[in-house]
Amino acid sequence: MAAITLIEAITQALAYEMKHDENVIVLGEDVGVNGGVFRATAGLQQIFGDQRVLDTPLDETTIAGLTVGLATQGMKPVAEAQFDGFMYPMVDHIICHAARMRYRTRGRLTCPMVLRVPWGGGIRAPEHHSEANESIFTNVPGLRVVMPSSPQRAYGLLLAAIRDPDPVIFFEPKRIYRQYKEEVPDDGEALPLDVCFVLRDGSDVTLVSWGSQIKETLETADALAKEGISAEVIDVACLKPLDFDTILESVKKTGRCVIVHEAAKTAGFGAEIAARLAEEALYDLHAPVERVTGYDTHIPLFRLEMKYLPSVEKILAAVKRALSV
Amino acid sequence: MPIVANFEIEYQQYLGPDGRLNGEDLPEFAKDRKNILELFKHMLYVRSFDTKAVALQRTGKLGTYASCLGHEATHIGIGSAMHYDDVFAPSYREYGAQFMRGVKPRDVLMYWGGDERGNNFSGPPHDYAWCVPIATQCLHAAGAALSFKLRGEPRVAVCCVGDGGSSKTDTYAAINSAGAYTLPFILCIINNGWAISVPRKAQTGAKTLAQKGIAGGLHCVQVDGNDIIAVRGAMDHALKLARNGHGGSVIEFVTYRLADHTTADDARRYRDDAEVKAAWEREPISRLRTYLINEKLWSETEEAAWKEECGRLVDIEVNAYLETKVQPVEAMFDYLYGDMPADVLAQRADAIAWEKR
Repeated sequence: MAAITLIEAITQALAYEMKHDENVIVLGEDVGVNGGVFRATAGLQQIFGDQRVLDTPLDETTIAGLTVGLATQGMKPVAEAQFDGFMYPMVDHIICHAARMRYRTRGRLTCPMVLRVPWGGGIRAPEHHSEANESIFTNVPGLRVVMPSSPQRAYGLLLAAIRDPDPVIFFEPKRIYRQYKEEVPDDGEALPLDVCFVLRDGSDVTLVSWGSQIKETLETADALAKEGISAEVIDVACLKPLDFDTILESVKKTGRCVIVHEAAKTAGFGAEIAARLAEEALYDLHAPVERVTGYDTHIPLFRLEMKYLPSVEKILAAVKRALSV
Repeated sequence: MPIVANFEIEYQQYLGPDGRLNGEDLPEFAKDRKNILELFKHMLYVRSFDTKAVALQRTGKLGTYASCLGHEATHIGIGSAMHYDDVFAPSYREYGAQFMRGVKPRDVLMYWGGDERGNNFSGPPHDYAWCVPIATQCLHAAGAALSFKLRGEPRVAVCCVGDGGSSKTDTYAAINSAGAYTLPFILCIINNGWAISVPRKAQTGAKTLAQKGIAGGLHCVQVDGNDIIAVRGAMDHALKLARNGHGGSVIEFVTYRLADHTTADDARRYRDDAEVKAAWEREPISRLRTYLINEKLWSETEEAAWKEECGRLVDIEVNAYLETKVQPVEAMFDYLYGDMPADVLAQRADAIAWEKR
């Protein structure tokens, strides 16, 4: 079995599910002939035809609205928002309709759709191509919000997202699309949608992150290990609904927690985790919860963007603060 | 049954791909041939800039860049027709139009070079910055036009969108508002055949993109976007109508995207070389050169000299860009609010302290 990248795992999951469920279709801008601007849908139109892999007109409102219509009438659409910064016109359809279709019709209509979104910064992209906007959606009831950070999790979580009966916003950390390869069996095995993944066991501090920052977080854990500090690393790949128990259990063990995310600090999803720790683990904590995040500003254009993003050095400094208490 | 409405779309062209006039009465500005020559020189300048920008990207000195190759007549025609006081709302490729309004190449390079100061460009301070979220600028232009109308100012708002962008909700909404309020508004639909990989025919079942304006009650025309005479003539006419209170226009400029969508794209994946080769036969510069040389207004020698001058002028701009120092870290915060909140100031101080660690 050849090892594949995160983005190839996305393609593999799409192909598997399209092959096994004729109701699954893919739609979006440039997803057909071109195979997606990041190549996530490469080759799918050749295999499944242009009735199942649809290039849409250039309009995000169109994509989101059509997707809601398809999903409510028995199809299982997997739509692509070409970039994080282009999804805002879709918000009306996501919040007012997809997220509450089941709720407001008392279960008569449902919306089993997936919106795939290449997410985040750090790739020297043009303006509006680098947004970490997950917390806009984690605040919306009725949505699932998922963000894988490895090829295997991308494959298993995307299968789960497509099979889920409710709308899923599936953020794909584009900075690590091709970071490394691993073997991903094409066995159709989905991962559960409501668990955090413990990537590394540790006893001195809990590092909590998701998406591209898993890379820096794991590198930080390596650096700490060289100093004899044992860090537990948790990937919150399913942000909403949140598996808080896994985080709580870890923090009860380590007594220290550093949350790392790319989005701006204020009302970022780290705030939710910190608040729950304050509610449920205050007496287990040996030090205040630390957050290493983007600043409360727009992600700068690329000349400054690395100064905005969390770095190993920033995470290390936060861990040292937590350990110094 | 009676017919309650009838519509037709005129196609305007004066100078064919072979460089010959087709016999139509020339628009006013073209009656003095020197005006055409001036525009030609600007078109050569833009192409010289564009070639250089692509080279900078290929050598790692610029980020992703959207080339304007093949659009020179449309862009120069639009920009040259406007008044300084008019408002221009571009998408992200219309450098020629912006150069005519005083924007400098160094500003374009700063933007694609990852520096926000490119958006704080030279030229009219009331013009909008580049707009990567597709077609949102159309409604901003309609809003700008509404402000001119409310204040009784003889100004016009001009926006540009592509054939892909003409599918966007915002474009339709802008057309509708411009008609409902009889706004001094011009929507330039620059139909270059491709929205990244999606061809014009996959965007809409409509025969022309110009006719989208009919539903909003606007003046609509389709123009050969590679014929500078037609472009400038259509713009002059639409601007006059708008400025005199006769309402807005939709002008579809038919041109061709000779380059990739951006330097991050590879168009060979989705379009035939034969189509691109055929498009080169219609491109805007060579037909105009043929015409001007036939009219004894231009020569190969003059062109060689002017191209050298363009290269020199572009190099000055490139050097100005390359010599610009990166902004300090606090620049991330300094333009968030007019009155900086204490909460943001604290993070700004943290960021500065971190950089000095």
